[in-house]
Amino acid sequence: MAPIRCEPLAEDALLLHVGEGIAPDTSDRVLAATAVLARALPGVECVPAYASVLLRFDAEAWRTPDGPAPHQAVREAAMAALASPDAASPVPREVTVPVCYGGDAGPDLDEVARLTGLGADEVVARHAAGHYRVAMLGFAPGFPYLLGLDPVLAVPRRADPRTRVPAGSVAIGGAQTGIYPDTLPGGWQLIGRTPLRLFDPAADEPTALRPGDRVRFAPIDAARFDALRTEAWR
Amino acid sequence: MSVQVLRPGLLTTLQDAGRPGHAALGIGRAGAADRPAWQLANALVGNTGGEAALEITLQGPTLRFERAARIALTGAPIDARAGDEPLPPWTAVDLPAGSVLRLRGMRQGCRSYLAVRGGFAVPAVLGSRSEDLHARLGPFGGRALAAGDALPLDPTRGIDAIDRPRIRRWGVDPQPWFDFAMGPLALLPGSHADRLDAASRERLHRQPFRLASSSNRTGARLEGEALALTAPLELVSEAVLPGTVQLPPSGQPIALLAEAPVTGGYPRIGQVAAADLPTLAQRRPGDRVQFAPTSLDEALERQYRRGRELHRLVQRVLDRGESER
Repeated sequence: MAPIRCEPLAEDALLLHVGEGIAPDTSDRVLAATAVLARALPGVECVPAYASVLLRFDAEAWRTPDGPAPHQAVREAAMAALASPDAASPVPREVTVPVCYGGDAGPDLDEVARLTGLGADEVVARHAAGHYRVAMLGFAPGFPYLLGLDPVLAVPRRADPRTRVPAGSVAIGGAQTGIYPDTLPGGWQLIGRTPLRLFDPAADEPTALRPGDRVRFAPIDAARFDALRTEAWR
Repeated sequence: MSVQVLRPGLLTTLQDAGRPGHAALGIGRAGAADRPAWQLANALVGNTGGEAALEITLQGPTLRFERAARIALTGAPIDARAGDEPLPPWTAVDLPAGSVLRLRGMRQGCRSYLAVRGGFAVPAVLGSRSEDLHARLGPFGGRALAAGDALPLDPTRGIDAIDRPRIRRWGVDPQPWFDFAMGPLALLPGSHADRLDAASRERLHRQPFRLASSSNRTGARLEGEALALTAPLELVSEAVLPGTVQLPPSGQPIALLAEAPVTGGYPRIGQVAAADLPTLAQRRPGDRVQFAPTSLDEALERQYRRGRELHRLVQRVLDRGESER
């Protein structure tokens, strides 16, 4: 494993480069480091991405008259915590996301079938068979970037992005798959839709998914979609 | 009792200190783009609780106050009238019940702040009353004010009934909290600044950019002779912050502002020093934006100094306001 590289981003922010690229083992290391740092550095916001962790701190609070500059102090505290983690990484949650594939719920399913040379049924079977993990949330509140897409299903983003992708749309963009938590603009290929509500600002836990969660997709039919959606969005 | 929105202005939103602590869930901070101006508006009306104020963009709203209220306007100097009476910015004004406050254009700058004593009694969303327009999150669902909206006032923090506007005889000197000089902004080196070709590296710190009209609370879009990397960079999404200067394929940089997303995938060629972020947020479309290199130590020192000055000024304004009651 390459050593962690620290880069100052701003007066109140450090970026810890844990690895490179988009890969499950890199993501595992990022999320393990994030968990250790969040426990060890109270008051420091720890934000995981694919291969890095952002540490955002109060520079004034980390300033000492004769000690090191705040970046140096945060960096030393982070490195000390990572050298002797105080506990094992948290056990990831397992979340099942019901998805109605194709039809109105997944208007690009046939296009994905054409691009991959598979039948639509085969696209659905392969997508639903995947074991996914949430590497990070971003783009919009609660939008999960999922690792674990069958490489055969990797397809380019749409040349003409939509201005309104319906909330719950399950989509493929390049080698990634994700779920639109809200009605948003977007260029990914829409293959299905979940009735689950992925973001609810009034809830105790505003997002249904968190970094590190393990995700499986369970195919459902349109009737089940309607019933579950009514319940989730009540 | 409320403030009624008769005309919304170009883009008027509720903003406070923002919504820190949720970036891992994909939720950005948002909050006032010119933070010191927002703080000083609150101090002038005697608010100490981080109350939400209205952030007004270029063209102001028309508002009717259903009850007497103490207000203050800071940030970009805006043409303000209560009835026929012109109101000065950067000072507290007491308005009688029924006043119609007409806010028009700004002589300079892009964003004014209107604070009301007691703040607006709207529900906080994830700990903040800021509207996040991109995430559609906030007291009004993450949107700008519209005609017909009502902003409820805190019934316990009103002022006594008066029959005409009363302008306080003292205010805050907008200098150095509003940048009239349009000077260069200090820029920290970005992660990928060394990947710019030699001419572009030079251009980043030499050429005057213009602020594009497509700029918004998310980013200041800068127009100039295009910048280029020596070779294309394949990047995975990483954290971005307010102040991060990104270089999209067009070669025209984008400096992120208060409503920065939490991650981005473009090369980061610079980071605007925190002390100059309010200044950048006050540039309007067509204004010149020029960068001057700074170091982390220098930027931190300026930020501390600025923070201390602001803290002292806020205390002085609060104490003086309190002593007059």
